[in-house]
Amino acid sequence: MKSTPLTEKHIELGARMAEFAGYNMPISYAGIKEEHQAVRENVGVFDVSHMGEFFVEGPGALDLLQQITSNDASKLFPGRAQYSCMPNKDGGIVDDLIIYRMPDEHSSIGGHAYLLVVNAANIEKDWKWIQQHEGYEVKITDRSDEYGLLAVQGPKATAVLQSLTEVDLSEIKFYHFTIGDLAGIPDVIISATGYTGSGGFELYVHNENMVKLWDAIFEAGKESGIAPIGLGARDTLRLEMGYCLYGNDIDDQTSPLEAGLGWITKLKKGAFNSSEIFQKQKEEGIQRKLVGLDVQERRVPRHGYIIVDGDGTEIGHVTSGTQSPTLGSPIGMGYVSLDHAEIGTQVFIVAGKKQLPATVVKPPFVQL
Amino acid sequence: MDIPANLKYTEDHEWLRLEGEDIAYVGITDFAQGELGDIVYVEVDTEGETLDQGEIFGTVEAVKTTADLFMPVSGEILEFNSKLSADGDDEPALINESPYEDGWIVKIKLSNPDELAELMGADAYSENIP
Repeated sequence: MKSTPLTEKHIELGARMAEFAGYNMPISYAGIKEEHQAVRENVGVFDVSHMGEFFVEGPGALDLLQQITSNDASKLFPGRAQYSCMPNKDGGIVDDLIIYRMPDEHSSIGGHAYLLVVNAANIEKDWKWIQQHEGYEVKITDRSDEYGLLAVQGPKATAVLQSLTEVDLSEIKFYHFTIGDLAGIPDVIISATGYTGSGGFELYVHNENMVKLWDAIFEAGKESGIAPIGLGARDTLRLEMGYCLYGNDIDDQTSPLEAGLGWITKLKKGAFNSSEIFQKQKEEGIQRKLVGLDVQERRVPRHGYIIVDGDGTEIGHVTSGTQSPTLGSPIGMGYVSLDHAEIGTQVFIVAGKKQLPATVVKPPFVQL
Repeated sequence: MDIPANLKYTEDHEWLRLEGEDIAYVGITDFAQGELGDIVYVEVDTEGETLDQGEIFGTVEAVKTTADLFMPVSGEILEFNSKLSADGDDEPALINESPYEDGWIVKIKLSNPDELAELMGADAYSENIP
């Protein structure tokens, strides 16, 4: 099992640890509900160093990214980030990712330079997949083991981080980034992104600076109710916003159009992996759709539970579910057949011997 | 980790406290509540039913996961702790706070007290948890 530079710190803090994607990661510290609330109301810090970092540079970098990702990478400029996905050749998704266009001088062979941030569980799969695309003048480097990542999220995140840097953080718009000094550490990638809906930043640094960065942020945030946050609350926070989790809501079998990711599937940019399949789906319509589920029962829907209609006929399955700490009630997401995907449709989730009534809703589940 | 010496335990991390000859309280252990995390709902719709050893008598919902509750021994469900139940005080987090006292889940009447011999004591249970 791999560690992050902060694994010992999490254990010292008394975190419940568990293996996730081959890494020994903190699941929770004070408890999921308390951590969730800290992010919604104050500021929380997540060690998400298990995420993968690939650098793609060279004169062929843009052409490669246009072929392997669904969003239009030509819209990127240095300092701009983009949410995207890598379709496979069968209309499914290899992974979802964030692409950062770095300053051109970061390329050692000319052309553009990009940073691809991918899911920890998919690092090897993504690497092999990208390598299968030959004939591009690019250099691709897997630096996942060299880079750490801290997400600092919540309404007080900007104020806490601002005390540690000369960079004007209020100038960095959502899905933009800058590279600068923070907490005395040079070349921190300061990215206005996140997976919580509560605002804040994600900070990429070399491993050797992770402990220093963590300590500086907690020192700066001690008057702001700052708290360490585990993967448990990361899941409840993202689910309240309706953000997809790879392996749960999207996978090799799901089309981005089915998953509500049409907004990152730019069919007008030219051909890319599976673009013909997606074009056809757009013209002829999809068969199923990922929807939000508002459960009118105390039982919580879980990944894999079957969804049925009023007659008991199977119409889909749950992909994610949790008790929403903000609402105090269960929420979920799942695929349902198109004729049951309309907002307000009553469906039933099979939980053992019980059928939980649920209404199809459009996420986010909470308004922040 | 709290493992009281006066209780009986199962491999599924339930505990049983005998009161008299054939009445017992049943709950989940300190280890179990810690593994589940924040408990948000307890469902027991088997009150009045007589169940076999190992049968499901209820369900615990934590934020992160769902866990079924198993009968440590055969018996009748006499009472579901009203402090936990949605129709009562609705405080399922009592299981996290006080797994062996306020957080007891059901009171049962044993139909075959001989089965008690199959349960573990505190020492055996402590070896059963990581």
